[in-house]
Amino acid sequence: MLKLPKLYKMSTLRRSCPSYGESMALKEESDAATAGQSEITRRKFYVAAIYGMWSLIAAALAIPAGIYLLIPPRLRKMPEWVEAGDISELEPREPVEMAFRRNQVDGWKIQSEKSTAWVVKFSPTQVVAFGPQCTHLGCAYHWDDRRKYFLCPCHSSVFSIDGAVISGPAPRALDRFETKLEDGKLLLGRLEMSRGKA
Amino acid sequence: MSWLDHRTGIETAIRNFLYEKIPASSGWHQVFGSIAVFLFLVQAFTGALLAFNYAPTPGEAYNSLRYILTEVTGGRLIRGLHHWGASMLIVVVVLHMTQVFLYGAYKKPREATWMVGVILLLLTMAFGLTGYLLPWDNRAYWGTVVATQIAAHIPLAGPYMSRLLGGESAVGVVTFARFFGLHVLLLPPATGVLIATHVYLVRKHGVAPMPGDEVKPSKKFYPQQAFKDTVAIFAAFVVLFTMAVAVRVPLERLADPTDTTYVPRPDWYFLFLYQTLKFFEGPLAVVGSVVLPGLAVLALLLVPFVDRGQVMRITRRTVAFGMVALALVGWSSLTVAAIVTTPKPDNTVAIDYGAPTDWLGLSPQELAGIGYFREEHCSTCHSLGAKAGASSGPGPDLANVPIKKSAAWMIEHFKHPAAMVPGSSMPAIQLTDAQLNALAAFLLKLTPNNAEALAGAPDFAVQAGLLYQKSNCGSCHQVNGVGMRVGPPLNGLARRRTKTWVIDHFANPQALSPGSFMPSYQFSQREMDNLVAYLFALPD
Repeated sequence: MLKLPKLYKMSTLRRSCPSYGESMALKEESDAATAGQSEITRRKFYVAAIYGMWSLIAAALAIPAGIYLLIPPRLRKMPEWVEAGDISELEPREPVEMAFRRNQVDGWKIQSEKSTAWVVKFSPTQVVAFGPQCTHLGCAYHWDDRRKYFLCPCHSSVFSIDGAVISGPAPRALDRFETKLEDGKLLLGRLEMSRGKA
Repeated sequence: MSWLDHRTGIETAIRNFLYEKIPASSGWHQVFGSIAVFLFLVQAFTGALLAFNYAPTPGEAYNSLRYILTEVTGGRLIRGLHHWGASMLIVVVVLHMTQVFLYGAYKKPREATWMVGVILLLLTMAFGLTGYLLPWDNRAYWGTVVATQIAAHIPLAGPYMSRLLGGESAVGVVTFARFFGLHVLLLPPATGVLIATHVYLVRKHGVAPMPGDEVKPSKKFYPQQAFKDTVAIFAAFVVLFTMAVAVRVPLERLADPTDTTYVPRPDWYFLFLYQTLKFFEGPLAVVGSVVLPGLAVLALLLVPFVDRGQVMRITRRTVAFGMVALALVGWSSLTVAAIVTTPKPDNTVAIDYGAPTDWLGLSPQELAGIGYFREEHCSTCHSLGAKAGASSGPGPDLANVPIKKSAAWMIEHFKHPAAMVPGSSMPAIQLTDAQLNALAAFLLKLTPNNAEALAGAPDFAVQAGLLYQKSNCGSCHQVNGVGMRVGPPLNGLARRRTKTWVIDHFANPQALSPGSFMPSYQFSQREMDNLVAYLFALPD
């Protein structure tokens, strides 16, 4: 966009740039004789109007652009429950990685994607499903069956069976899916961000 | 002098630029060039914004543009600015040329400035032509088919031209990539360089003086002429912004190369060329498509070499005025003729795919429910998904009710409002059970997310839903998985049959489907239009 310099006071110009100032000074004197006060007021008005109108144009373009880029698009699809699988056969307190397909909204696309969750059955009515990514930097972690904890291979974050951080750089416990049980089948909803380390 | 100026000289440069000497006669008539540069920058800015949410391949392009229009906040405004900005740029460039032409400002030594300007006009048109394809809807596709065919008819160069545009066999992925590449990669820098050259030449020769200017003292560009330019730019921007907000840019359905009913039509500023083509038939066609436009461009380029007389007062340039008037009459009569003689598309119902089309996922019964909601004026007291804080009528907002009631509860409530909700002042609704059922079915579908889109369902579809329900089509046919499967499901009808077939089939089903036991239906023209348009719009 065109940039307009401030209206320089003639005195400043004369001081800082001698040659320019001299020529302007001559002109200024001859102008002053003929034009007088009204010329100065008119000049001030022009400059103010130029700044004002360009500011309005800049705002009318920048504000919609900011809204367009920063405000998340309105989501018109309702979140849905997806079936992760049968959990009636699972051993209690034995984490299992379950794979399922879910529809992911990605911009203008809705794609059916393979997704996984680490599912732990604590009792027939209490089942927890953890999101498959470490809360540190998003690596895929796994269940260490010998040591009985979740271990992330990237930076050695360690999580307990209920998702709490035991050691390593992970800032918070494992994220959990919303869960629902229907006839021994596990249904998963949104992945919810965990808060805190436990 | 500031620190920055010592290092970069930027302030001196800007000051030198702004304190340019201009002739005493300069004024309001010289603002168009500045507006054109401004509009070009607006196009570059909004174009870049659109590209941030746009996938430049056929099919994906259409879906991503729909996403911009229906889901991205402010997307409709940005697209509106880009769309109307293109039209406005053409208008302003032509006005700029007209002013220069009328004043004879192209005369020696300013011939090169004028010729660069002519090339800039051609580039502006090339932007319009290539940008037209990018939404990849039916309008874009068929318009481009015609444009690439014209290019293919150029004598000698035709086959190379069409190969260059990737349109050798048909308009497809290659053509699309070429047009996109031209529109965003090649044309913008080319235009930028030529604008710079144009402005450089203007500065080199100075703004063209009028007779009499030599005895008057010259003026400075800043601030008086800069003020006039700014006012003009501001006015143009206000018009552009208003159009972008108020005038909807339609998006038609996805490009369909098999559509045999579509009448292609270019954007308004190319209509005169489109009409010219109609006057030349057979081997002469090339005259209308290539020879005449080529001669016109040549004539424009040679203007400064033909008119070599002294600079005259504008009031004495009668020949120039005559030629502008002639061009204006010629252009507008060709454009009007094109609008008048092009047949209207046969389907009078047009769906705007630039708006959410959630209503296409409803069952016909639920669509009919919207019809009853409108006929009974329910919206006088009930809003549908009003924004938080907006004042609502006396009744509750039906998209934001905390607990959904069952259909049975609603129907009872429609019949005896006060019996279900003590103290309710709602009047009883006088509709049949089937109609109340439809109304309840629609209300059950409402969520805060879809309320606005459903409430905005187009009238033709709602009327079609009402007719569908009245005629009991659902006892034999299925739409969106609802209804019986005695007859064929109606989704995907557009792929299987033509509109004429369907219309004839309503009148006499057995003539077209022997053995069918569908009764014949006598619909009015209006009803038939609505129903067929709705059935053909259904998702596959």
